[in-house]
Amino acid sequence: MTVVFLLILVSLVVALGFLAAFLWAVRSGQYDDDYTPSVRILFDEKQTEND
Amino acid sequence: MAQVEKFHYDNAIVRNFAYATMIWGLVGMLVGLIIALQLIFPQLNLGIAEVSYGRLRPLHTNAVIFAFVGNGIFTGVYYSLQRLLKARMFSKVLSNFHFWGWQAIIVAAALTLPLGLTSLHEYAELEWPIDLAIALVWIGFGINMFGTILKRRENHLYVAIWFYIATWVTVTVLHVGNNLELPVSAFKSYPVFAGVQDALIQWWYGHNAVAFFLTTPYLGLMYYFLPKAANRPVYSYKLSIIHFWALIFIYIWAGPHHLLYTSLPDWAQSLGTVFSVMLIAPSWGGMLNGLLTLRGAWDRVRQDPILKFMVVAVTAYGMSTFEGPMLSLKSVNAISHFTDWTIGHVHIGALGWNGFLTFGMLYWLIPRLFSTKLYSEKLANTHFWIGTLGIMFYAIPLYWAGWTQSLMWKEFTPDGFLKYGNFLETVTQILPMYAMRVVGGTYIWPEISLWYTIWSRRSAPARSLATKQPKRLHWLARMACTKANTGTAGWKEGLFKCFYLRP
Repeated sequence: MTVVFLLILVSLVVALGFLAAFLWAVRSGQYDDDYTPSVRILFDEKQTEND
Repeated sequence: MAQVEKFHYDNAIVRNFAYATMIWGLVGMLVGLIIALQLIFPQLNLGIAEVSYGRLRPLHTNAVIFAFVGNGIFTGVYYSLQRLLKARMFSKVLSNFHFWGWQAIIVAAALTLPLGLTSLHEYAELEWPIDLAIALVWIGFGINMFGTILKRRENHLYVAIWFYIATWVTVTVLHVGNNLELPVSAFKSYPVFAGVQDALIQWWYGHNAVAFFLTTPYLGLMYYFLPKAANRPVYSYKLSIIHFWALIFIYIWAGPHHLLYTSLPDWAQSLGTVFSVMLIAPSWGGMLNGLLTLRGAWDRVRQDPILKFMVVAVTAYGMSTFEGPMLSLKSVNAISHFTDWTIGHVHIGALGWNGFLTFGMLYWLIPRLFSTKLYSEKLANTHFWIGTLGIMFYAIPLYWAGWTQSLMWKEFTPDGFLKYGNFLETVTQILPMYAMRVVGGTYIWPEISLWYTIWSRRSAPARSLATKQPKRLHWLARMACTKANTGTAGWKEGLFKCFYLRP
């Protein structure tokens, strides 16, 4: 069952990558404000032209 | 004096993906209807191998997953990413490469699968040259997305973007992992693993394809388009962040639940079950977050077809993410495995969650992309109701069929022999359920109303005529009205105005 260890290894690498992303997000202040982003998406610029 | 910066979003690419979603949606579902009919009338094979069930079934699954839902993802991502980051897509060339490359891959799939060229991995049947093309196009998409993220004008990454990132990263890993194969000729390859090892890598992929192609990108779309359509912020942004991180750390371990009662080591089977059950928490957190976004706006759900589509979609997400963990319990799996219950389960997800969220998104998006109004709310409402009935007619008979199969397979005579030793006996028993499932195929047709919404924007001035009609008309009067209204736009326009439109 070598594939089990391969899959666990791959999945752990992916998970660690996401963990790093999570730590970056927290430390860089991405989550300091956990309310306004949800309101900000509701405002769109006026559409001037299509291309 | 500060200068106000001017930039433009690329809407053309969004429009192209929207068209593709609608075309492939129709094609993929029609193939599904054909094979559903073949299960009742096998003679519809016409004796031709290329259009027989075994060849068309992978075509159906690939078409709805990667062509319909895939293009649906890209439509929503290319629209929302630019707006959430306040930046135009990184590269127009890559956007077009992504679009045309993806469509070419779909066409290649539509040609090779009926010809019987398959690598035999479910949902990854395409042969190695096409696998390479998918990898290339996917990397192009990735560069385009991360390039846009890097040049963003908005520092905060909205939760939807995290879902898109997770989708891209994990699908890359899954695609490479499950397609490790040795080519022996231009159109034939063999996987590097065999037996139960191959099965494990296949279901690690198969399960996570559901997780990271049908779920996470659509959750991103939900977190963008549901608040937009409801015009109110998501119920709890905090919860959405927890939803995301909890989901991606748990999801990838649940694959072995597809291999219960096999020669896979017992601990691996149990691991899959444990993680599946744990998944209920983030999944339901997300579902409730979506539904509670509409608190105080339920009166609008009664009117607005877009919100109706989205509410049913999110509810279907909740139902299938509860059902999934239940099916992964060994005791329940003993009933459901190999039966049509599984088919019913995936279609709640596919038709309800993916299909309805796509339709809701498109009904919201198309008028905005074409700077117009929805042609007819009534038409969209009809689409919603026929679609909902379609889901019911699809799922309920298949649940019934699944339990019937399971009960018959496990029925013994007093002497200890199988009561229904001949498999055919269970097949003939569930034919009525199969017939009712075909009725559920009505889900497909109202999709045409989306096309009508686009097509009709050209005849916008003619619309004002329709408003002059009295509220209720006798059908004879409507016939006369049709005749009178058959002008330059043709009889269809007249028919539509006089028989369909709400005055």
